[in-house]
Amino acid sequence: MPLIENGKLVEDRFTRVADQDEAGQVPPLPASTPVLLSLDRYLKEADALANAYVEVGLIWPNNKPIAEIAPYLPRLALVALHFPTFRDGRAYSQARLLRERLGWKGPLRATGNVLRDQFLIMSRAGFDQIVPSKEADAQAFDDAMHSYTVFYQPTGDGRKSLLRARLGRAATRLEDQASKDRGAAA
Amino acid sequence: MYVYDEFDRAFLAERVADFRDQVERRLSGALTEDEFKPLRLMNGVYLQLHAYMLRIAIPYGTLSSNQLRRMAHVARVYDRGYGHFTTRQNIQFNWIKLEDLPQAMADLAEVGVHGIQTSGNCIRNVTTDQWAGATPEEFDDPRIWAEILRQYSTFHPEFTYLPRKFKIAITAAPKDRAATKVHDVGLRLHRNAEGELGFEVLVGGGLGRTPFVGKSIRPFLPVRHVLSYIEAIMRVYNQFGRRDNIYKARIKILVHEIGAEAFAEAVEAEWANIRDGALKLTDEIIDDIRARFLYPDFAKLEDQPAELTAALEDPRFAAWYRNSVHKHKVPGYSIVTISLKPVGAPPGDATADQMDVVADLADAYGFHEIRVGHEQNLCLPNVAQMDLPELWRQLDAAGLATPNVNHISDIIACPGLDYCALANARAIPVAQEISKRFADLDRSRGIGRLHVNISGCINACGHHHVGHIGILGVEKNGQEFYQITLGGRADEHAQLGTLLGPAVSYDQVPGLIEDIVDAYLELRSSPKELFVDTVHRLGVEPFKERVYATH
Repeated sequence: MPLIENGKLVEDRFTRVADQDEAGQVPPLPASTPVLLSLDRYLKEADALANAYVEVGLIWPNNKPIAEIAPYLPRLALVALHFPTFRDGRAYSQARLLRERLGWKGPLRATGNVLRDQFLIMSRAGFDQIVPSKEADAQAFDDAMHSYTVFYQPTGDGRKSLLRARLGRAATRLEDQASKDRGAAA
Repeated sequence: MYVYDEFDRAFLAERVADFRDQVERRLSGALTEDEFKPLRLMNGVYLQLHAYMLRIAIPYGTLSSNQLRRMAHVARVYDRGYGHFTTRQNIQFNWIKLEDLPQAMADLAEVGVHGIQTSGNCIRNVTTDQWAGATPEEFDDPRIWAEILRQYSTFHPEFTYLPRKFKIAITAAPKDRAATKVHDVGLRLHRNAEGELGFEVLVGGGLGRTPFVGKSIRPFLPVRHVLSYIEAIMRVYNQFGRRDNIYKARIKILVHEIGAEAFAEAVEAEWANIRDGALKLTDEIIDDIRARFLYPDFAKLEDQPAELTAALEDPRFAAWYRNSVHKHKVPGYSIVTISLKPVGAPPGDATADQMDVVADLADAYGFHEIRVGHEQNLCLPNVAQMDLPELWRQLDAAGLATPNVNHISDIIACPGLDYCALANARAIPVAQEISKRFADLDRSRGIGRLHVNISGCINACGHHHVGHIGILGVEKNGQEFYQITLGGRADEHAQLGTLLGPAVSYDQVPGLIEDIVDAYLELRSSPKELFVDTVHRLGVEPFKERVYATH
């Protein structure tokens, strides 16, 4: 699957290691490549991982309070948050809390059912890595990110929000506005 | 009213372009219907029984004459010549073609109107008192706060895929015309002992299949904290609201399951982290939004001018005046309700021609402004009393002067089985038949204030739980039956109605309602005691005995 990081298609350095393979066996961790693990697997291997010199990414479940990730953060090279379906928006709150409250500065990846119509709000919530579900969506990344230039509310993403941008501007009277509208419609 | 600036206009243009692209991708197959559905819903596009339906937001119920004229245009060009005003200060067009939708939206966007977040699992159109800015009862203009919330909630990156839809209502008057106690969040603006403005915050109210009256989780929230506090509520709900069952996903279920106290604790804990952050409103920001609401240049006038006194000699004008005209905060002006409930017509419908008439009258007599109330009527909030006689003549000529506001024939009804894919039973024809039975205005005046609410299914879009008389359509063995509840109310004393007895068939409903009214006339302590107060005093039993004895 393609990986987009900060707007560019990049090679995924991390290997997703499953909890179990098809035969029901626990697949071994590769010796030297960075690994991306579920929370279960990560907790089981905590000791081994602490002694190995591999970079570790953690997939945090979307039904577990994100505050509980805090003790592990210093040891992680990547955090992934999951969208089981694009309609399940819990990971947006997790992402903002991770960035804005827990101070996570490392890469934050959106995985699961990730579609182009959500790229921009994912970025606003703090994701800088996106794994699109569809190849065509990856190609449209740039368009999707630039479909809006106006943002009403502040998040931690640094984009300027309207709450303050419009200060000090004068309003036009309704009658003037109405004649302007008529002009625009004509 | 609030004036959109180039930022709002740029956003709307981007939104229209975005939706046009989504429709193209749907038509080309790049988007599945499953993927397209939430996108179209968040632009107000539903798939109904017969066609796509477009729901347009009327933020806090305020429209300019030009915006209403553009709605008439959409009704005429893309629909069948009429629109339906809903209980949430929206308007719906029921017969629009998918391929026409982007153009209809572009036409509306030119006058700053859109369907954004009128559907989908996001923060919906924030509603308030249709008398805002005009009534002498209010502590402040609630639309200032509704507008601040509208901006905050528009395309919110964190709260666009909530467990379920989310509705916020605001009242700034002790008399609640916005049904704040039956919303996901209700905000009641008032002043504390020090004279500071703040909100009482209610959560977890709502109707539908599991109705609840909202619970107060904070008696006083200073207004500058409103956004951070709402964000805390939304964040708790987004993380912990149920997603396993669509019928248990509203915030009211979360509040009910963990208890209002535990919910309030979670909100307060979250809020403590963000209350002094980027969402804290400075006086500068509040003043800026306030300055964008432009009020009419009211003339210095006296109450009860000679033109009005003379016109009151005409009993038809006098009947309308007593029913549909309300006290304004500026001397010499009045608030006028325009009934969209002519006897025998679908409640809340207006033809394109009627919309044009109202827009023209707003230009001539109402400072270009129109309001929409949750009772599915329109309102001209700022009319000089000397203009009332001429306004009435023109409304009357257009069939818009039925003096039945708050009467039994001023019925709130959902579209029901005539339009809606979810409905089990018809609602509109039931309303039409009841209003015919009570067409005699002397009789309905004698009955006094009586709200009838009709829903065609358990989703309760007609708010039947909070009708003084509530009527709920259900289906039994392929036939329409109706459950009747009494004693509900949506105002500051909000409560849910009590079931009267077994459901009755479609044909029996109007007769049953007449029997209930007859029982009330017999049981009331005096003509001053409203129907709902009689029910409150006596319970439903005496009604049940009388009504079912005759059926």
